[in-house]
Amino acid sequence: MQLSKNNGSLSNGASDNAGAFSLSDAELLDKAKTIRRHIVEMVGKAGSGHPGGSLSAVEIVTALYFRALRHNPKNPQWADRDRFILSKGHAAPVLYAALAECDYMPVEELSTLRQLDSRLQGHTDMTTVPGVEMSAGSLGQGLSFSVGVALAGRLDKRNYWVYTLLGDGECDEGQVWEAAMAAAHYKLDRMIAFVDYNKLQIDGWNKDVMNLEPFTDKWRAFGWYVIEIDGNDFGQVFSAIDSAKKVSNQPKMIIAHTVKGKGVSYMENNVDFHGKAPNEEEIKKALKELK
Amino acid sequence: MLESTRDAYAKALLEVGRKNADIVVLDADLAKSTKTITFAKEFPDRFFDCGIAEQNMMSIAAGLAASGKVPFASTFAVFASGRCFDQLRVSIAQPGLNVKVVATHGGITVGEDGASHQGIEDLALISPLPNFTVIVPADSVEAAQAVEAAAKTQGPFYIRMSRSSTPVIFGDDYEFSIGKSVTIRDGKDAAIIAVGIMVAPAIEAAERLTADGIDCRVINMATVKPLDEEAILKAAAETGCVVTAEEHLVRGGVGSAIAQVVAENQPVPMEFIAIERNNAKSGKPELLLERCCLTDSDIEQAVRSCISRKG
Ligand SMILES: Cc1ncc(C[n+]2csc(CCOP(=O)(O)OP(=O)(O)O)c2C)c(N)n1
Repeated sequence: MQLSKNNGSLSNGASDNAGAFSLSDAELLDKAKTIRRHIVEMVGKAGSGHPGGSLSAVEIVTALYFRALRHNPKNPQWADRDRFILSKGHAAPVLYAALAECDYMPVEELSTLRQLDSRLQGHTDMTTVPGVEMSAGSLGQGLSFSVGVALAGRLDKRNYWVYTLLGDGECDEGQVWEAAMAAAHYKLDRMIAFVDYNKLQIDGWNKDVMNLEPFTDKWRAFGWYVIEIDGNDFGQVFSAIDSAKKVSNQPKMIIAHTVKGKGVSYMENNVDFHGKAPNEEEIKKALKELK
Repeated sequence: MLESTRDAYAKALLEVGRKNADIVVLDADLAKSTKTITFAKEFPDRFFDCGIAEQNMMSIAAGLAASGKVPFASTFAVFASGRCFDQLRVSIAQPGLNVKVVATHGGITVGEDGASHQGIEDLALISPLPNFTVIVPADSVEAAQAVEAAAKTQGPFYIRMSRSSTPVIFGDDYEFSIGKSVTIRDGKDAAIIAVGIMVAPAIEAAERLTADGIDCRVINMATVKPLDEEAILKAAAETGCVVTAEEHLVRGGVGSAIAQVVAENQPVPMEFIAIERNNAKSGKPELLLERCCLTDSDIEQAVRSCISRKG
């Protein structure tokens, strides 16, 4: 089932909510499925890419673009828009799929992923795709970038929110913790970050490659307000965002427990599908599961 | 008169900061040394100390630039180029964000702090990065104007300043322009193309050579990227030999970039005054310059030898 684009109503309420989509709960579940199908199809067509960490983040990204975020696809540079900064740039497919479903670009363009001269680069490029806020791909830089965006918002007295999505493996990078310190130091309470805590990176489980635990304690010790949720559950994502917004004077971290490869049985918790495309048969199987 | 380019940076930053409220400054716990402290005092709300976290600083600067600010980010040249190379590359250069990296303490004239603090590879690291304009001012007058030009020009900049006080070469009527070299002294027998603190000894060498009837052109190539190719080729064609002079490793430095232009279009004998080996050590700047063969006499000798190789 191909959902029509823009099936979310554009709210016409308060001006600070201009451009926001607000899908119903049922519509959101459908949208998540559509986005998962796009991910499988586009990575499959490209013959390479990162399905695992894209699929684990579908609920977070869908919740943001189709309800939580104030944004306007007709005016991607709208100065007061909320920002979504994808720090783990290899999860580009989930972002591209969400942007296309919001009409930042035609859905058909998704099939050009990773091809020569496509706007859809293997890792996000802010200069080619409207709606992409940061050029990423080298892990560990997005939280710092978000600090800069939040500082600018404060200087300009704009009250946009800065959402950031980090990978758990990405948190091995020292720069993430430099940024964590800076965000708390500058009391950047317009920052709401997520860690897509799917427990897997490339070489295996976090606990075997480089242990992150006690993870929430670390963020708390760095001065962040921490909420722990099931990140594949829309209800929990929204209530976490709601409670995060109520906390002032400190940045907020939502540790989102997720399943890598979520929604495609043979990809779930399978590290092989971190950076491997499904073959034709696997694509068919996945699409059947995602009907 | 002597003045350091970092002192000129401090003054210029105030000037541009007063004119443009979007200018913000970042430092990494070196504000007293890089002199950004002057800006911090006048504009505390527009100054962000990032602590000793240079990589974080560069990506924060990128986020500020992406949100319409004009960030100047400062630390020592070694850290600005080496420590955060990947952040400069991915967060700033590839998307072409409007970040001005002003690195102080470039070169060996950092002096006594020794090898870890002497930035002698920075130009080799930064020049290949896409979208970056790279400037090495020759004196404080040019340094101030380079800062003003960078503030007004969209895109990432790397400007290398020095710790030590150096001779003021240019007068108040000097006009710096990005990408344009300046012929300080005309000549037909040889051309010295110098950058940064090597411009003053290049002038000295050229003047000394007149005693032997050698008429030497001196060009200040302040913009290291993009190079003023026209001036380079004109010098090669009209003088028949080129000597480059820089306070940087010979490999990957300005000399090698100029040699590429010369070799491709107008091959003539060349000699390179630069640091041959990474033999940086602690010591007084003047002694280090002597040890690394970066003095006016070294330039003078190179010119003589280069002329003798002409066909
Ligand atoms: C600085 C850097 N080092 C290495 C890589 C290669 N790399 C790409 S994805 C990845 C694993 C990321 O794991 P995680 O952050 O947990 O992402 P997820 O599991 O959500 O996909 C690595 C090591 C990179 N992109 N950047």
